[in-house]
Amino acid sequence: MLLTITTTHQPATDLGYLLHKNPARLQSVDIAYGQAHIFYPEATAERCTAALLLDIDPVALVRNHRGWAGEGFALEQYVNDRPYAASSFMSTALVKAFNTAMNGTCKDRPDLPDTLLPLEATVAALPAANASQLQRLFAPLGYEIETEAHPLDPTVPQWGDSRYFTLRLRHPALRLRDLLSHLYVLISVLDNDKHYYIGQAEADKLLHRGADWLPQHPDREFITRRYLRNLREYVDPTLERLLAGEVDLTITTASPPSPLSQREGELDSSISSSSLTSGLSDLELALKASPPSPWDSALKADAGLGGEAVVEQAEKQSLHDHRLDRVAEEIRRLGAKRVLDLGCGEGKLVRRLLKIPHVEHILGMDVSHRELQRAHERLHILEMPPKQRERLTLVQGSLLYHDPRLSGYDAAAVVEVIEHLDENRLAAFEQVVFARARPGAVLVTTPNADYNQRYETLSAGEFRHQDHRFEWTRAQFAAWAAGVAERHGYRVRVEPLGPEAEEVGAPSQLAVFER
Amino acid sequence: MALTTLKLPELSLVLLMGTSGAGKSTFARRLFRATEIVSSDYCRALVADDENDQSATPDAFALLQYLVGVRLKRGLLTVVDATNVQPEARKVLVQLARDYHVLPTAIILDVPDRVAEDRNQNRPERRHMPRHVVPQQRQQLRRSLKTLKQEGFRHIFHLHGPEEINAVQVIQRDPLYSNRKHETGPFDIIGDVHGCYDELVQLLGKLGYAVEEEPVVDVRDLGVRVTRRAEVAGGRDAISCVSSLNDSLQNKSDQVIQPNNISNDETQNIASLQPYKGAAERRVIFLGDLVDRGPASPQVLRLVMRMVQDGLALCVPGNHDIKLLRHLGGKNVNVQHGFAETLEQLAAESDTFKSQVRQFLDGLVSHYVLDDGRLVVAHAGMREDMQGRGSGAVRAFALFGETTGEIDEFGLPVRYNWASEYRGRAMVVYGHTPVPEAEWLNNTIDIDTGCVFGGQLTALRYPERELVAVPAARVYCEPVRPLNYRALQLLEATQTDLSAQQQHDDLLDIRDVTGKQIIRPRLLPSVTIREENAIAALEVMSRFALNPKWLLYLPPTMSPTETSPLPDLLEHPAEAFDYFRRQGVERVVCEEKHMGSRVVVVLARDEDIARRRFGIVGEGPGKCYTRTGRNFFTDPTLEAAFLTRLQDALLGGNFWEKFQTDWLCLDAELLPWSAKAQELIKNQYAAVAAAADAALPLAEATLTQAATRGLDGVEALLARTSARHTAATHYAEAYRRYCWPVESLGDLRLAPFHLLATEGRTYFDKDHAWHMETLRALSLQDPGLLRATTYHVVNLQDPAAVEAATQWWTDLTEAGGEGMVVKPYDFIPATKKGILQPALKCRGREYLRIIYGPDYLLPGNLERLKERAVKAKRNLALREFALGVEGLERFVAGAPLREVHQCVFGVLALESEAVDPRL
Repeated sequence: MLLTITTTHQPATDLGYLLHKNPARLQSVDIAYGQAHIFYPEATAERCTAALLLDIDPVALVRNHRGWAGEGFALEQYVNDRPYAASSFMSTALVKAFNTAMNGTCKDRPDLPDTLLPLEATVAALPAANASQLQRLFAPLGYEIETEAHPLDPTVPQWGDSRYFTLRLRHPALRLRDLLSHLYVLISVLDNDKHYYIGQAEADKLLHRGADWLPQHPDREFITRRYLRNLREYVDPTLERLLAGEVDLTITTASPPSPLSQREGELDSSISSSSLTSGLSDLELALKASPPSPWDSALKADAGLGGEAVVEQAEKQSLHDHRLDRVAEEIRRLGAKRVLDLGCGEGKLVRRLLKIPHVEHILGMDVSHRELQRAHERLHILEMPPKQRERLTLVQGSLLYHDPRLSGYDAAAVVEVIEHLDENRLAAFEQVVFARARPGAVLVTTPNADYNQRYETLSAGEFRHQDHRFEWTRAQFAAWAAGVAERHGYRVRVEPLGPEAEEVGAPSQLAVFER
Repeated sequence: MALTTLKLPELSLVLLMGTSGAGKSTFARRLFRATEIVSSDYCRALVADDENDQSATPDAFALLQYLVGVRLKRGLLTVVDATNVQPEARKVLVQLARDYHVLPTAIILDVPDRVAEDRNQNRPERRHMPRHVVPQQRQQLRRSLKTLKQEGFRHIFHLHGPEEINAVQVIQRDPLYSNRKHETGPFDIIGDVHGCYDELVQLLGKLGYAVEEEPVVDVRDLGVRVTRRAEVAGGRDAISCVSSLNDSLQNKSDQVIQPNNISNDETQNIASLQPYKGAAERRVIFLGDLVDRGPASPQVLRLVMRMVQDGLALCVPGNHDIKLLRHLGGKNVNVQHGFAETLEQLAAESDTFKSQVRQFLDGLVSHYVLDDGRLVVAHAGMREDMQGRGSGAVRAFALFGETTGEIDEFGLPVRYNWASEYRGRAMVVYGHTPVPEAEWLNNTIDIDTGCVFGGQLTALRYPERELVAVPAARVYCEPVRPLNYRALQLLEATQTDLSAQQQHDDLLDIRDVTGKQIIRPRLLPSVTIREENAIAALEVMSRFALNPKWLLYLPPTMSPTETSPLPDLLEHPAEAFDYFRRQGVERVVCEEKHMGSRVVVVLARDEDIARRRFGIVGEGPGKCYTRTGRNFFTDPTLEAAFLTRLQDALLGGNFWEKFQTDWLCLDAELLPWSAKAQELIKNQYAAVAAAADAALPLAEATLTQAATRGLDGVEALLARTSARHTAATHYAEAYRRYCWPVESLGDLRLAPFHLLATEGRTYFDKDHAWHMETLRALSLQDPGLLRATTYHVVNLQDPAAVEAATQWWTDLTEAGGEGMVVKPYDFIPATKKGILQPALKCRGREYLRIIYGPDYLLPGNLERLKERAVKAKRNLALREFALGVEGLERFVAGAPLREVHQCVFGVLALESEAVDPRL
């Protein structure tokens, strides 16, 4: 909520000209959901400090809140850090208050904007994963950095520090507009809860504000991704444009994506049912620690800005593609004509199945209405040619309720679904799929817990995803599969899925049940 | 002489037949309701904007058939106004009638061509009809006349010429024979007798009927007479009942238990408690299969025929009875399956008797719909879509039930258990398939307990739903398939001894919860669950909820008081008291509100009872779940320890004996808030305080520095910032009050405030003071775990009492307490206006900081927050309350799980309605 900028450039009061704000007055500008006040706690020839203080109106904020659809009624949003944190509101206030300075113009003293000044800045309260994250983001830009941590609750020392820091930056010689651009972009990057809608315009803003320094920043990919909230759709082209003309193309962006496959690059969509529960205003949602979003594990990986985590993430992504390819291949081998995709999520497997000539009909089912909407969008259902459209039905349903719509299919794919069910509900799942729907073949995949030790970011006993209720070893999965097969008259073979490692096997496992 | 009245079955598909211009539309309009008529001309106009556009005919007829199908499915008489002169057109319609088990009727309007042509000439739109049309239609009509009966028409009226047509003044709609909705019982329904005369007499005796021999004077005399024994004073209300659950359970005197599954011993108990209230009006219903296999089929026939003759019994035919009828009609029938014995026994009987039997059997109606549609009886059962309808398929179903066409290893047809899919409103009582025990499944029951095979002869009392049985004196016939074969098979397959209903309930059907649902709880006319809300609930239920068998009840949301006009307050007790006073409530109960997690506790005396009563295997003796059906505990060890402590307290307080139960359902608050919400508190509530503490002091310091420079307006900004700092500090104090570390069971507190249900009953009829006292007594058993809630009963007419309660609230909330809940003294107060808010919460000023945010009391904020409206929240609370009560009532009455689940699911779905969560 507070940013101060200090210079000891002589005369220091030139800061007033640069910022185009009179040091002798308190000035206020309106911003979304409140006001920004600009004033100078000190203004002498030796030292001049400008302060930008945000006064966010919490009542207006929740009244006009425009969150993700369905998020609008969780109790927690009414008690939030927006009035205190240095957030994306701060970034927008910067532009509003210091627009001329950011654009590097100064009518009265045209030479000033390009003058290198000794500058200090203080930001409070700046959210960050940890102090080293602040170091990594600001140090490459030449700042001397001081961070002050704040306890989460001084009466509960065991809770440790909060995610809020007071950040002090010092630079011996920097143009003011560079400081402002750095703050503008990086405050937004550090803020996990952007208040505005991300679109092409935001991508352009990033290019504009970051043009001078972002391409050289070692963490440019992270900055771009976070600034654009991990929306790959914007990230990939933005990164490309950012790096255009650079020789050193070290970032492993995929080959220029086609309009269709571009949408496939979403991070961690292996969660077949997103936890963003549709429209539920219920206390339960408020009780969920932090609503896991489809980007959840991406954020987790980002937290340390760690190379390992990023590599691991990429590995998981390719594993998921591999898994879907493998299941599609099996459907092809089975020659199935009518196929169920149970827990279809956003439709990645559906897209693969549509390509198989002998598949006449696909019923994609998911318990999450939101995921189905995403599938509708990603598969471009509305524009699908009729012959293709009639091969596909998407429905909301649950694997814990008998559902006559599931009868009469040759094969069912249940990819990374069972681990999202409580173990004692598997009996109902078994009844629904194997006793009642009885498809000719059932393909079930689930993580192999033996492999977990290979993930360095995963501590022992921890699951790969927050919503996993269990992760089975190879022996556990094989035992379950054998039991199901025997009870319902199927043959089953269980095989590793993904590159195998010694002792621990492959990251995932596949059971193929056939009748 | 021309007919003036045409008699049709009340549920018919009426085909008008006649040439164009024969006067069909006029006839239909004159004698039927406009909505009953589906006209081909009208359908043609609907699809082509032109009644005579012949190119639209195929589409028009598709529409016509669709409309007819929908109407028939819904059980509505329908008149098809089309020429219907071509057999292929009629064939489709007759098939529709068959599909929906409706009787097809033809009314032929037969007028001379000239009359028809003249009429067509007078209608401008038909003036250009080709000349050959009418004669051609008439020729087709003539040809049709011969084949109508063959085509399946049960009633055919041929009206010759305009005179006969005009003479018809009335269409008389006769009820189907099966329709006995006006007969309300009570009934004693008796399963397959199969010639077991002695057992039948004994059973009738137990049921309260006396069987006497009578001298035979005339050949037609049956020689036996049955009378009802006189009613005993006091009736059955004085009789204790037997629970379905367990032998150790004692009977309760003030309620009726509807047994789920009664073992033989218990049936004996019930049977000995004779006679019953209403005995003077009771009638017997025989479910057929009176004859074959047993030792005395003719005697059984005599007795039943006499009872039916005397109006003391109804009887539906069984397949064996119909076989006998065919034999008596001279048909050649197979003597297997016990018919040989019957033939032998009949050989000694007179021809008069045989012809009486033939007449009797011939007059039997396949099934009956009784008591305003609440009861259906048929020999082999009846699907919902066939009840009260008439067709060959309905009759066959009534006699033989549903079979898959397969033959089992004993050479018997494999029966399809239609009852497993039954969803109808009517209770269906049937026999036909011998079962070791009569068991309820989806409101149906098979009471053929195989007397002739050495089992027992069973009767069901209606509406009491109680079973009465007598054992067979001996095995009269060895069954081809062992009597308990199916049960053994099931046991082998599942290794459980769950009841049929419990096994069936293992899997709920998605059709019962998705889409728009309309639920009719007893406290409201109806509650509609919108599809979008069901969508949200399906996800939450599937992903987070416990096994649905645990979910007997979900608590309703609770509205706050209306907004207080007092400065500095959003809520105050005055508005709560006003609300109840306005509703005519004299006394309220004010209960301290605990800030924790709302939980429902369902707990059985032990795991074995949980298995028997809830049908849950291997999930422990109980569960403690949240408002969304999610397990409160994530640590199974802590859960087990918690439940054991609670069981000990219940045992110590003699609860099980006192309430004659071995399970209970509690509504409670589990403390502290941080037990479940720790992560939320850290990430959200504490984080906000930390952010405030990281930013505000620095902002204050910076402003203070600027103030020394004497800048205009900085002082005011500084004052405001300091006020925000103070507010943030108070806010932090507010949330900290509800948090304490939970390391073991010793740190948890359970504050129960409603005893919702125990075996066979709910406690919505008890007032809140009773609930408070009952639970206080329980809490005393383990004060370390259980917390009694402080409460005050307040007479709203007594200003001193109101004042005292208000002061109590003020003290409580000023000390940082959450506040209180105000409830009407009676759980469900009787009012003229329907149900009231079951409770209103009145929260304290400090507590509300964690709901409305640290700055809510700052100038400019509270004024805007006071614009809140509680109406939507209250509406929601009422609907959820009604559903909660309904679900629990259904559960204790032994309803199938889907009926309970529908209510629980409904509460969850309603919770997804967009209502300001701060209320």
